Amino acid sequence: MSALAVERLTKSFGKHVVLRGVDLEVAEHEVVALIGASGSGKSTLLRCINLLEAIDEGRIFLADREITGARDVNAVRRRIGIVFQSFNLFPHMNVMRNVTLAPRDVLGLSKAEAETRAVELLDRFGLADKRLEYPDRLSGGQQQRVAIVRALAMRPELMLLDEVTSALDPELVAEVLQVIGELAQGGMTMVLATHEMSFARDIANRVCFLDEGRILEVGTPDEIFTNPKEPRTQQFLERIIKARRL
Amino acid sequence: MAIALGSTAVFFVVVAVAITHAPGWPEVRRQFFDWGEFKATFPEVARAFLLNVKIFCIAEVLILVFALVLAVLRSLPGPVFFPLRALAIVYADLFRGIPTILVIAMLGFGAPALGLSYIPKSVIFWGIVSLVLIYSAYVSEVYRAGIDSIHPSQEAAARSLGLSRGQTLRRVILPQAVRRVIPPLLNDFIGLQKDTALVGTLGAIEAFQQSQIDTNATFNFTAYLSAAVLFVAITIPLARFTDWLVLRDRRRRVAGGTT
Ligand SMILES: Nc1ncnc2c1ncn2[C@@H]1O[C@H](COP(=O)(O)OP(=O)(O)O)[C@@H](O)[C@H]1O
Ligand SMILES: [Mg+2]
Repeated sequence: MSALAVERLTKSFGKHVVLRGVDLEVAEHEVVALIGASGSGKSTLLRCINLLEAIDEGRIFLADREITGARDVNAVRRRIGIVFQSFNLFPHMNVMRNVTLAPRDVLGLSKAEAETRAVELLDRFGLADKRLEYPDRLSGGQQQRVAIVRALAMRPELMLLDEVTSALDPELVAEVLQVIGELAQGGMTMVLATHEMSFARDIANRVCFLDEGRILEVGTPDEIFTNPKEPRTQQFLERIIKARRL
Repeated sequence: MAIALGSTAVFFVVVAVAITHAPGWPEVRRQFFDWGEFKATFPEVARAFLLNVKIFCIAEVLILVFALVLAVLRSLPGPVFFPLRALAIVYADLFRGIPTILVIAMLGFGAPALGLSYIPKSVIFWGIVSLVLIYSAYVSEVYRAGIDSIHPSQEAAARSLGLSRGQTLRRVILPQAVRRVIPPLLNDFIGLQKDTALVGTLGAIEAFQQSQIDTNATFNFTAYLSAAVLFVAITIPLARFTDWLVLRDRRRRVAGGTT
């Protein structure tokens, strides 16, 4: 059984075609890294999977059931967690409220149940003492960890992570990557767009190189990073390596 | 600070000297600033002013609710809701365009004259209805600006957690939007407090109407001063409170750094 399958997905904004027939299959407990230049369509792909964007053509399956054209999009979204580059915590709610909002309002958990669940997750990710803080009092790394916890509190079967460390100061990146590493070890199925190549290499079972709205190359991290077949993949990786050295 | 106080004092002394040396001053003083007359009219005008306060309070609550409904209607997406959106837009344009006093006159004199048994005849009722209709048009624009100022990523975050559109609006968008627009809302309510005097034109005995009655009886205009003092006593604290909120908001934004 596959956790997620995307078939011939096409998406454009007006005349601008962003995804040109993307195929992607993700097995249960698999971690797939999406790499590619900025503007190649990584975020759009993730947003389409979460039904945040209407797609033009193609089909998306979650646990072998089609979700494209689903009548109840909310029922689909509660099974998929997404974490954004810019955290997007609710600034008028404290950490506890941020995390318990959806479990209470969407899943119908009682306050006590939702808080038990939240406390457990916050403790696990080193945020126990931040329960009553408001987001603007947290560091970027803490905010992003809260955002991850907020998504996890829904007990999603699939997590989508969109460059979750790109907006962070370099010294805060590690704490967030560590959380994601733990999730992977716990068997969470994940699709993550990232610019952290060494991290992708460590954590991903498979790496997809996205180029101008197409998945140009798929392989194990070793295949992609040491032995890329496509010239454009090679170019992209060389550019990244150069940028890192400078 | 000292310079500011000093220059302000000098300014007022100059103005005061200019006014009190004007040729018509003794006459104006007798007509508008008669202490005996002030003491005599103030209690009565103050009692009438309670009606202004009552109209203000009732209208304010209704406006806050009705304007929010209008603003939400205007923010509904998609072609299905086009008629509702269009209706809300026409409404706002119309009631921001007609002078307040005209709406009050048309409804206040017109509605009771219809002679329908099932609608109230009280001019106070129709005065309040008019104020609610007019001010809701303005206040809904204020709310809407607040809703529009919330970044779409907040909606995306809420929807991605499985919250419905209504839940997103109620839990995430509106609480943030309303907080942002409290200062401009209070500004509108300063205007509303003053405009309660217009209900007096329908014959309701509020502060302005009462002072008019007093003036007509004594041919002395000091009663107007009583009314003015009462209005100012309410609107100035409201204005300072608004300024304070704006300032606090600005400080917070600077301290917080990000949005
Ligand atoms: N809401 C939108 N409206 C119009 N164009 C968009 C929108 N979102 C993304 N795009 C465009 O789609 C392309 C792919 O963007 P994105 O998926 O964000 O790429 P990536 O995440 O790989 O950087 C870009 O050219 C971007 O300008
Ligand atoms: Mg992106």
